[in-house]
Amino acid sequence: MTDGYARRPRVGLFVTCLVDLMRPSVGFAAARLLHEAGCEVVVPRAQTCCGQPAYNSGDRESAKTLALATIAAFEGLDYVVAPSGSCAAMLKLHYPRLMSGDDDSERRARGFAERVHELLSFLVDVRGLASVPGNYAGKVTYHDGCSGLRELKVSGQPRQLLAMMPEIELIEMPATQACCGFGGLFSIKFPDISNAMVSAKTASIDQVAPELVLAGDLGCLMNIAGKLSRQGSKIGCRHVAEVLAGETADPPIAHPRAAS
Amino acid sequence: MTKTAAFEAGVSAALANEALQHALADVPAGFVAGRARQKAALPEFEGLRRTARDIRDHTLAHLDAYLEEFERNAVSAGSTVHWAATADEAREVVLSICRAAGARTIAKSKSMVSEEIALNAALEAQAMEVVETDLGEYLIQLRGERPSHIIAPAIHLRAGDVADEFRLRHDHLDASRDLATPEVMVAEARSVLREKFLAADVGITGANFLVAETGSAIIVTNEGNADLTMSLPKVHIVLTTIDKLVPTLADAWPLLRLLARSATGQAFTAYTTIVTGPRRPEDDAGPQSCHVILLDNGRSELLQSEFRPILRCIRCGACMNHCPVYCAIGGHAYDSVYPGPIGAVLTPALAGVGEAGHLAQASTFCGRCEEVCPVEIPLVSMLRGWREQAFAASDDWRSRTFLRAWVQLAKRPRAYGLAARIAAAILSALAGAKGILRRLPFGERWTRQRDFPAPQGTTFQDLWKRRERDEGPAP
Amino acid sequence: MSRNRILSAVRGALDPSHAPARRSAASARIASAPKHPRPNIAKLEGDERIARFAECLAALGVDRIEVQAADEVPAAIATYLSARGLPLRLRRGEDNILASLPWHHASDLVVDIGPAQADDAVGLSRALAGAAETGTLALASGPGNPVTLSFLPDTHVVVLCEQAIVASYEDAIARVLAENGGVVPRTINLVTGASRTGDIGGKIVMGAHGPRRLAVILIRDGAQRT
Ligand code: SF4
Repeated sequence: MTDGYARRPRVGLFVTCLVDLMRPSVGFAAARLLHEAGCEVVVPRAQTCCGQPAYNSGDRESAKTLALATIAAFEGLDYVVAPSGSCAAMLKLHYPRLMSGDDDSERRARGFAERVHELLSFLVDVRGLASVPGNYAGKVTYHDGCSGLRELKVSGQPRQLLAMMPEIELIEMPATQACCGFGGLFSIKFPDISNAMVSAKTASIDQVAPELVLAGDLGCLMNIAGKLSRQGSKIGCRHVAEVLAGETADPPIAHPRAAS
Repeated sequence: MTKTAAFEAGVSAALANEALQHALADVPAGFVAGRARQKAALPEFEGLRRTARDIRDHTLAHLDAYLEEFERNAVSAGSTVHWAATADEAREVVLSICRAAGARTIAKSKSMVSEEIALNAALEAQAMEVVETDLGEYLIQLRGERPSHIIAPAIHLRAGDVADEFRLRHDHLDASRDLATPEVMVAEARSVLREKFLAADVGITGANFLVAETGSAIIVTNEGNADLTMSLPKVHIVLTTIDKLVPTLADAWPLLRLLARSATGQAFTAYTTIVTGPRRPEDDAGPQSCHVILLDNGRSELLQSEFRPILRCIRCGACMNHCPVYCAIGGHAYDSVYPGPIGAVLTPALAGVGEAGHLAQASTFCGRCEEVCPVEIPLVSMLRGWREQAFAASDDWRSRTFLRAWVQLAKRPRAYGLAARIAAAILSALAGAKGILRRLPFGERWTRQRDFPAPQGTTFQDLWKRRERDEGPAP
Repeated sequence: MSRNRILSAVRGALDPSHAPARRSAASARIASAPKHPRPNIAKLEGDERIARFAECLAALGVDRIEVQAADEVPAAIATYLSARGLPLRLRRGEDNILASLPWHHASDLVVDIGPAQADDAVGLSRALAGAAETGTLALASGPGNPVTLSFLPDTHVVVLCEQAIVASYEDAIARVLAENGGVVPRTINLVTGASRTGDIGGKIVMGAHGPRRLAVILIRDGAQRT
């Protein structure tokens, strides 16, 4: 542990609306990893969405409303951790900016932001996690999601965590830091550009032909998996937490459900 | 057709244009690799960016004082300084200088400001011949196009396109001549343009920087065309804007150390020229008069807005070279003078949010532009700023209603949870065992080109609740 | 009048009441220009500096000819031109140092004097400084070295004394100003390699408008060989 907590810190899991709706297994994987890292995991009922879609659409008022609700939902916890670079950046960097001009709220947002972390960087930088439950054997590649990479500097940590699994083979694709073209509402506002971007991404992936594409953001993953699926590719996509936690019972994103 | 619809049509055309896609595959990537090499070779690169940002910020924060200093020193070096509040005024000033000089032929070196004020058309309307001398600008002038990149205006053309154009336009030359390589084409352009240089009465350049301390303009080119433009004709016009100032020569070097490295990936541009006034009595070359036109065209308004940082821009083009949207669609699809991230921020300021606000929408906010910008302009925040203005002014009731309804829902965790539960169940059921939806009700903008991954079927909140109930409080 | 309109708009944007303070801050900065941090490549000394300059010239494709003394320059130029099959004829300005060279040592070399003419093949100038950081030559306009000589001819030959190689652009400009009696010449031309363009299909081609070929004659005069 590098954060100096003697007792088990209470970590509020910010599930993110995509994980809640689309892929609960990522939430369970995150909870498992946090538990491994010696944390008590709490999932506040009152959380919904961080407000990023409103914020990035220019609707500051709505974003602020949701931001205040989110801050309130995580009152009293030692940390707030999200399995998403994009949501974590919203909570950590943009909430205080959103409140600027309103001293009281800004103070609250700053206090909140200090406790917020993206999952993978939290595990490595704050909790110094030294081993992971998962033991994936096979060839994977990792896509650097933009917000995590550029806003929160998440890049070494996921690779460090993956390297804890002896039988995994991480092969870097070309242009791993290039945007996949998701961009939230961008993907449906400008589908053609988005498609051109994700096509470039799947072309990079094809060059290294992994079994799995991993990333720390479900938005990117849905976009990449959706494109790979349309291209008839067999390559799977998973949130990196699933692999690290060994929570891989569910099929990869956009893959057929196992016959039950 | 709305602006957004027109933009989308341009985008589709660009994506379907194979020649363009070919051109875009190589050139920006070459610039990106070049910049990366330069950055790796200069350990102080990131520190220099901070210095550069501070220099620009200091200048902007004292802009009135430096403008006056510049004017005083430029005048004492023998230049005439003109002020133009609008594009109209700037054109008028250029026209009257050219008229007074009896100009028939005007040589121009690359200037984005002249694009901004649509200068060439105004000069041509007065029966003056304008010749663009930067090779890329010359090519697009022949084709009647607009620059598709601020430092590589003809980046959308391939060598073969240029050969075709030359055969068509240089019709005084043997039609069966060999134009197989860029080398022969450059030689041909050089000899055609050399004639024009020698005939030109007026030379117009832009300026990369203006130096308040000395009243100088700093102009960089790789071709040397600006130097011929400012040395051979009897009149030199520097057409530039009020944001181009730096306080002293000492302040220019950190910016110049970054400019070429960020732009083309060179350590320094071939020709960096500090020009101060017209020829001196003892000189045997150079123009008899030198005019500096300081154009505002919306900059002073930006200065007092949240968008002030955009005025730091040194027009290196790195943001567009590194922009995945620009690299997918090229410059013309933006249908604005300045394309790419800088264009998406600057154009709404120059043309109004109603005209160009949609450009700020066409970004994933991936942030690569601000990561490379040599003067650390927070381009993403600026784009978001325009989205906020557009949202406030918008009559797009559909997205407003949608956003507001969704926020109402998200404000109510119970209702939200219920809605999520229903959505997850329905989508999952629709997908069946396939794990995907090939078509999504209301979502064909996604599913036209991608499958939609099916949700696992139950929400996390529900499952977690169940787990807490079954196992007691979570581990 | 536009001048006042623009200035008052700028002043308004910046808070008009502080205009006097801004004016004095600006004059102070101009009176004593800031010393910004320079990268290491712009701080090299001695042999390292000379070596960097040479490396940069090589990387830029600039020909470099070393001579031990100024006397050797005319013959070196003649040898250089004939080795490349170029006409043995050049044009130079009235620069004192260039004028004092023993041109009769290269008797088959024709030397014209004055600003460049359209059909000159070779221009000769003297650079007042060389900045090692990027292999950049600093030239000043004037009758000594008419600026057209640097741009019109196909081949540009530049004479540079080794002592004039400095570390940085800052130092190069200081040298130019010192040689020019403290007066800023009409143009200071910083030349880093020959003219080039990448505008046709992204391929770099030399000799876009200015010279295709750049050669530096480096006079070691008095410098110790290492
Ligand atoms: S915004 Fe920055 S990166 Fe883009 S052109 Fe301007 S200075 Fe260059």
